[in-house]
Formats: sequence, C-alpha cells, structure tokens
Amino acid sequence: MDIVGLANYAVFMAILIGIYALLALGLNIQWGFSGLFNAGIAGFFAIGAYTSAIITSIPAAHRLGGFELPLLLGWAGAMVVAAAIAWPIGKICLRFRADYLAIATIGIAEIIRLVIRTEGWLTGGVRGITGVPRPFGDLPYMQSQIAYLAIVIVLVLLAYLLVERQLKAPWGRMMRAIRDNENAAAAMGKQIAARRLQAFVFGSALMGLAGALFVHFNRSITPEAIDPMIATFLIWIMLILGGSGNNRGAILGAAVIWIIWSVSELLTDRLPTELAIQAKYVRVFIIGLTLQLVLRFRPEGILPERQPVPPPRT
Amino acid sequence: MTLLDFINFYLVPGIVLGSIYAVGAIGITLVFGILRFAHFAHGDMATLGAFIALALVTAGMDPWTALPLAMAITAGVAIGIDRTFYDYLKARPKIVTVMASLGVALMLRSVVQMLWGVDPTTYVTGIVRPTDYFGILLRPRELYTLTAVVLIVVGLELFLRRSKWGKAMRAMSDNPDLARLSGVDNRKVTMLTWAIVGALTAASGFMLGINTEVESMMGWHLLLPMFAAAILGGVGRVQGAVLGGLIVGIAEELSVFILPAQYKAATAFALLLLILLVRPRGLLNGKVL
Repeated sequence: MDIVGLANYAVFMAILIGIYALLALGLNIQWGFSGLFNAGIAGFFAIGAYTSAIITSIPAAHRLGGFELPLLLGWAGAMVVAAAIAWPIGKICLRFRADYLAIATIGIAEIIRLVIRTEGWLTGGVRGITGVPRPFGDLPYMQSQIAYLAIVIVLVLLAYLLVERQLKAPWGRMMRAIRDNENAAAAMGKQIAARRLQAFVFGSALMGLAGALFVHFNRSITPEAIDPMIATFLIWIMLILGGSGNNRGAILGAAVIWIIWSVSELLTDRLPTELAIQAKYVRVFIIGLTLQLVLRFRPEGILPERQPVPPPRT
Repeated sequence: MTLLDFINFYLVPGIVLGSIYAVGAIGITLVFGILRFAHFAHGDMATLGAFIALALVTAGMDPWTALPLAMAITAGVAIGIDRTFYDYLKARPKIVTVMASLGVALMLRSVVQMLWGVDPTTYVTGIVRPTDYFGILLRPRELYTLTAVVLIVVGLELFLRRSKWGKAMRAMSDNPDLARLSGVDNRKVTMLTWAIVGALTAASGFMLGINTEVESMMGWHLLLPMFAAAILGGVGRVQGAVLGGLIVGIAEELSVFILPAQYKAATAFALLLLILLVRPRGLLNGKVL
C-alpha cells in the first residue's frame, strides 16, 4: 500500500471510529450512567439508518420515499424514530430489573430485522436502499472523505460535550445515584422509572443518529449491512474496555476495539480461503473472551469513571 | 377447515414446538429463580447440545440413545462455564453476569461454527410418513418428543418436590440467605442447578433439531420464545414454564391466521410485552426480579 492508499484507509477508519464512538456514547448514557442493559443496539442503529435513508434518498418506485429532503431533516428523523421505538419498550420494561430490558431489547432488535427484511414497500426488502446522498459527495474521493470525517468529528464532539455537560449537571448525579442505590434515590423522591426512561430514550436517539451517519457515509443500506449480534457486542466491549461511565473512555474504547477488529480482519483475509472462514469465527470467539477477561481483571476499563469531587464545605 | 385439519396442521405442531420451548424455559426459570439472573447463553448452549448429539449420531449412535449422553456432556459443559465465567462475578451486581452470559453465547456459537460450519444438517435423512391415530396424524419423532418432554417434566418435578437436593434448590430460590442459614450449601446447589440446566438445554436443542434441522443459529432463535415462556408462566415456577412454553408454541403456530408467516417469531415478543404489561408475576404467580 502506498502513502495515498494508507491515508485513504486511515480516513476511512477514522470515520467509522467516529460512528462507533457515537454508539458507545449512546450506550454510555444507558449503561454507564444509568445501569440499563441495551442488547439491541444494532436495532436502533438500523432504524436510524433506514429512517434517514428514506427521508433523504432519491425517489424509488419499489419502496417508500425517498423524499429528497435536506440532510438535517434525515438526521433529526433518525433520532426521533429511534427514540419513538425506545419509548414504549422502556415504558414497559424499566419498572423491573435491568434483565427484563435486556430481553426486550434483544426482541426488538429481532423484530426490526424481520420488518426490514419483510416489508419491501418500506425498506426495499433485501435490495435495500440505494442512492442515499452524501454531503460533499460530489467532490473528488479524498476531499469528500475528509469533508465527511470533519462532519463526523464535529458531531461526535458535540455529542461528547452535551453528554459530558449532562453528566456533570444535577441530572448526571441523580442518574448515578439511581444506578448505585435505587432505594436511596427513591427515598430522596427521585422518580426512578421516569428518569431511566429518559436515559434510555436519549441513548437510543444517539444510536439512531449514528445509524444515519453510517448510511450517508455508505450511500446505501441492505439488511446484510450489519450483523446485529456482532455489532451490538463490539459496542459493548468498546464501552466496557474504554471505561463505562466515562465519555472519553467510550470514545477511546471505540477507537481501540475498532482498530483491533479491522486490522485482524485485514490479516485473516490474507489466509487461504478455508482458514479465513475458520479465522472469522476465531475472531468472534476472541471478542467474547475479551469481554470475559475485561469483566474479570479490569471491570472499570482503561479510563475509569471519575468520581465527582464534592464542593468544599463552607 | 375441519377440526381435524386444525388439530393436525396447527395444534399438533404447536404442541410439539411448545413442549420444546417448555424444556428450554424450565432451564431459564431455574437460573432466573435460583441464581437470579437472565441467562442469555441458554439458546446457544442448546445449539451446542444439539451438535454434541449430532457428533454422537455421526459416530453411529441412534439419535434417541445419543440424547441422554448429549445431555450428560452438556451438563458438564454448563458446570464448566459457570466455574470459568460466572462464578467469580458472584459478588458483583447480577447484571454483570447477564453481560458475561451474552459473551458466553457468542463464544459458544463461534465454537459450534468453527467445528461444524454453518450449513444446516439433520440427524436422520429420508421422509417419515405420519401414522394415523383416529384421524390425528403423528410422526414417530413427534411422539417420542412428547414422551421425552413428559418424562423430563415429571422426573424434574418429582426431584424438586421429593428429594433433599430438590428441596434445597427450591429453598435457595425462595430465600438464599435463609437457605444458607439452614445449612444448604449454595455452592453445591449452584453446581446442581447448572447440571440440570445444561441437560435441559441439550434436550431442547436436540428435540428442535430432530423436528426441524440442526444449524448454528437455532439456539439463538429459541432464546426469545424461551424467555417469553418462562416469564409468562412466572419466574421460578417449573409448571409455569411448561404452561408458558405450550402457550407460546401454540400461539406461534396460530399467529399465521392474523399475521404474515414471516412474523411468527414476533409472537413470542408480543406475548412477553403483554405479560410484563398486565401481569409481570406471570400466570402462576412467580417472582419479579
């Protein structure tokens, strides 16, 4: 690979890391601050991707839309629809322990996958949606990639600053209080279920936005674009390894895990075909094992959660 | 459609599918009730059990004699998984163990895919014609499946009601601290629970495999109906899991009357949300964690 190829690859990787960082930030709101187990991340990601694709793509005869509406509307739509799907699920399941939400999110991700495959009039079925516009997509390849990277960086930074601000605000302290001691927080008059619902819906909206960013980067989406279980799992490891409860940890984890994951793919693709297929499963096995090792030996992650410093007494 | 057609084409498949779900759901309800966490590796453990049975069948055994052996081996694997991956998380919040079990699910599946590939296969080849029992058509494998499920459920129920260890398991399900104070060895009960759960997952995986086909994602697709069945029946209730399993199985087969067939798998999810909404303790008044 020459220098230009390498630079191209680095920009490509950086864009995907940014998208995963958004997903990890969304999960951090749910798991890191609030202790909610979302096992259907890929579902909310897909919802965001399809929503934005339908809103902004060029019209097609065999499916709903595209409406050729502005990009920002697509992104907003992605967040709104992801949030709207998260809301009833959270409403039903968040009264109970986190296990129930986990089961329900696995379920909703499966249903979303079924709907995307089956309802061709809406999503184009197995053909998927093509002709999704990309901002600055008319520029030459390299410039267009860099421009998109800039957009992704701005959005990740914006999300980071907003989430960080929320975390330091009374809302963040309250969420951690609910996470760490539900009964005490309830005794202080906090509405546990309603607050958890907020965190779940906010986090899911962010995941929807990540999906929208992905579809405009990719310019198309099909049901096979993401493996739901592996995608969900990668994001979990990013957050746990990076440090759940720490936004910088979430972004760092996204970078570390995505680099390891794609470089290992590059390496195994060079193996002979039969071995390469085996190696694919070995890689999945290893990410499963990595989670176990992190949970056992470094549950706080690379960048542990920072405990807020109490204000000086006066 | 005559009544017999309804029975033969919807009710019987529903009951067979439901009893397979029931066997899996008993395992879920035992882990949920006694060890107090949602075990997400349950489905993929069933896949592993089904493939262990496949290995035995390939080695020349008859499928139904391979079943008990596969159950025993999977029981050992389940204890091993608990020792290696869950045991040291005991002191942490239970949700961490739930996460670990999702990781174990992924690991088990990739092991199966590494060893046996991803192509669907079957235990026995050839078409089996059903026998006519007064108009009700049953294949031998369906008859064996129902018999095996009845034997497993009755045996387990007797064990839990009558034997000392069964009572210890129920005691730990009701109140772990009180059980420990009364001299129940939590460690041994945990091991025993995993042995039973492992054997049950293998049985459910095998029976799904012999009635449909054996493939690496089969267990993952069992997970949602099994959880729906366990919660529908009431967490911690063995009879509830059986009842829930049958309801989910029959509902899935009947769903084709109101939903396109592709959405069969959504039935379990709808039932799950419905029961959480109106009666989270389940039909037989189980626990809510």
